Amino acid sequence: MTDIPAHAQIAKTVSENDVVLYMKGTPTFPQCGFSSTVVQVLDYLGVDYASVNVLEDPAIRQGIKEVNNWPTIPQVFVKGEFIGGCDIIREMFESGEMRTMLADKGISMAA
Amino acid sequence: MAMAQDDIIALLSAAFPDAKIEMIDLAGDNNHWKAIIESEQFRGKSRVAQHQMVYAALQGKMDGANGELHALALETSAP
Repeated sequence: MTDIPAHAQIAKTVSENDVVLYMKGTPTFPQCGFSSTVVQVLDYLGVDYASVNVLEDPAIRQGIKEVNNWPTIPQVFVKGEFIGGCDIIREMFESGEMRTMLADKGISMAA
Repeated sequence: MAMAQDDIIALLSAAFPDAKIEMIDLAGDNNHWKAIIESEQFRGKSRVAQHQMVYAALQGKMDGANGELHALALETSAP
């Protein structure tokens, strides 16, 4: 655990939700093309996910970069594990790995 | 504040001396780059680990709202 409140909050969020997307904006109104791409992948696969709009919370925006040693948004977590940002999600989707990984982790997909 | 292509390549080359590096200006604005990096150092590493190595090589240039590099798409691989 950690003494930094934002880090603790992130740990809690990703433990309570199977799939979490940290993004700029919301799934309905993404405010960045990279975030929008990940929303499209998750929506296409029909995955239920929680989303966190980092633009509404500067502490979370900074914290999410620190916990994963990852300077960019969006970031995707599955079952508490950091999976990657936009490039990795897109590559995994295009190669079919995304579907395999989600299935392996017991995440249901509508598509 | 945009970062010049040569500066990005210099940082990447320093960290990955063996790498083949290709930079693509995605938006034509000198601020949205894609880097394709092929280096033996990536072999056997997860994609997350590979990208973390690249971010580390860029020494914080992407940090914060005022980072010099706004967007850097990454494609990393081992030869």
